[in-house]
Amino acid sequence: MLKDVRFAKSHEWISPVAGGVATVGISAYAVEALTDLVFMQLPAVGRKVKAGESIGEIESVKAVSDLYAPVSGEIVEVNSTLPDHLETLGQDPFGAGWIVKIRPDDPANIDALLDRAAYEALIGSQPH
Amino acid sequence: MSDSVTPPLPRPTSLRETPLGQWHAAHGGRMVDFAGWTMPVQYASIVDEHLATRSSVGLFDVSHMGRLSVTGPGALDWLESMLTRKVAGIVPGQFRYTLVTADAPAPVVILDDALVSRDSDAADGTPRMGLVINAGNRERVVAWLRSRLPATGVDLVDHTLDTAMIAVQGPKGVDLVAGLSSEGDGTRIRALGNYRGTTATVAGHAAAVSRTGYTGEDGVEVTVAAVDAVAVWEAILAAAVPLGGRSCGLGARDTLRLEAGMPLYGHELHADSDPFALGLGLAVNLEGRTFPGRGALAVLKAGQPERIRIGLDLGSKRSAREGNPVLGGAGGEIGVVTSGSFAPTIGHAVAMAMVAPAFASEGTVVEIAIRDARQQARVVGLPFHRRPPGGGKPPAAG
Repeated sequence: MLKDVRFAKSHEWISPVAGGVATVGISAYAVEALTDLVFMQLPAVGRKVKAGESIGEIESVKAVSDLYAPVSGEIVEVNSTLPDHLETLGQDPFGAGWIVKIRPDDPANIDALLDRAAYEALIGSQPH
Repeated sequence: MSDSVTPPLPRPTSLRETPLGQWHAAHGGRMVDFAGWTMPVQYASIVDEHLATRSSVGLFDVSHMGRLSVTGPGALDWLESMLTRKVAGIVPGQFRYTLVTADAPAPVVILDDALVSRDSDAADGTPRMGLVINAGNRERVVAWLRSRLPATGVDLVDHTLDTAMIAVQGPKGVDLVAGLSSEGDGTRIRALGNYRGTTATVAGHAAAVSRTGYTGEDGVEVTVAAVDAVAVWEAILAAAVPLGGRSCGLGARDTLRLEAGMPLYGHELHADSDPFALGLGLAVNLEGRTFPGRGALAVLKAGQPERIRIGLDLGSKRSAREGNPVLGGAGGEIGVVTSGSFAPTIGHAVAMAMVAPAFASEGTVVEIAIRDARQQARVVGLPFHRRPPGGGKPPAAG
């Protein structure tokens, strides 16, 4: 599955579209870099978002980071159990640690994001 | 995700490194620029490092702090004339928390907060004094003090770069360091009252050991020659790890001091701060004394501060951060957050803030504007966390 996901430079990953919907999370590299996650704010279901728009917050002991929409579309589902179980992000960032599901306005926009090799080159290490 | 997780930019080469800097980088320390020094903010988890310090022992490299010696026949009297805290009457081995203030009619100019100490006297009975100051203020404090040195009788030497300072903090810290000393030295270390120090041989190296720290825990700070720093650090760490102890970075040091309600220069304490409004009145002794800035401090002491320092319990996982406005009943701004974080010992977020006295009573409910959100918070007494009874005797007044 990981070989098919695409990455934003801001460290979100997005899955291929299935049934019109793609899944979004943050990379293992990002989880590792943040460490000590304590708080997450998710967007409202039904919200229309533009690529690059902040759709939530992830807060560690040291700092707050925005979570950005990797593509434009509509938020159709959020992982509402995740904020109370942020350890899941460390355990399974590309699976159970998914954050939102988005219905992209144009699924082709996903293909324009970084593939795994390009993302690894960006961070200089493995994404998991 | 924001830029905070992108790979770090190459650091400017002008950053200073402590004698332990290579050790930190080789042992997983995540190095950041702090006050011109490259320092570990954490090794793995700030929360784990914080909790290890509360339950067992944490090691902190605090070598970036400035360490000055003040010696000569006039040293004690000169410091008495320069510091807000009384130095006359201090006995060998005693430490006091003080402010360093400059000459200014108004407003006050606080250059730093510091620990002043009287170390063991010279063989001829002359007092030897010490000062520990903040890294970010070191150069200007040294310049200020040098500008006020008398022509003869007082020698001021900055030992920051030829020594290292290791804070060994937590309920097991004193015993651990005592156990790395000879029987006689160990007995003296265990018997130290709070804000008292002694010389000792620690792990085979000459050291100054004081029952001081910045975490709200019992513990000691160990100062050694720079060349001995790695050997002493590794010996203390090797003894600490079986007890559940670990090396800690500046991130845990900051959350520990926040829980302990301790002000930090540049956050709670600024050049123009009113120390009485900060609850630091004990660091200012005006009685029958003359020192730079005394007049401005006397005016502040007699006046009513517009804002005073309080603790805020948010009860949330979302943290307030420095600069967040504090809002009163009608939504108007009544203060500002000076430090805030998730507090690992407490399990949720707390903050320190400066607020209007009308909103400072314990139990008062206020709101904090955190980005787009409004977070309720309750005014509580400081510190947020108080260590269980035991350990060293409390410091003497003065």
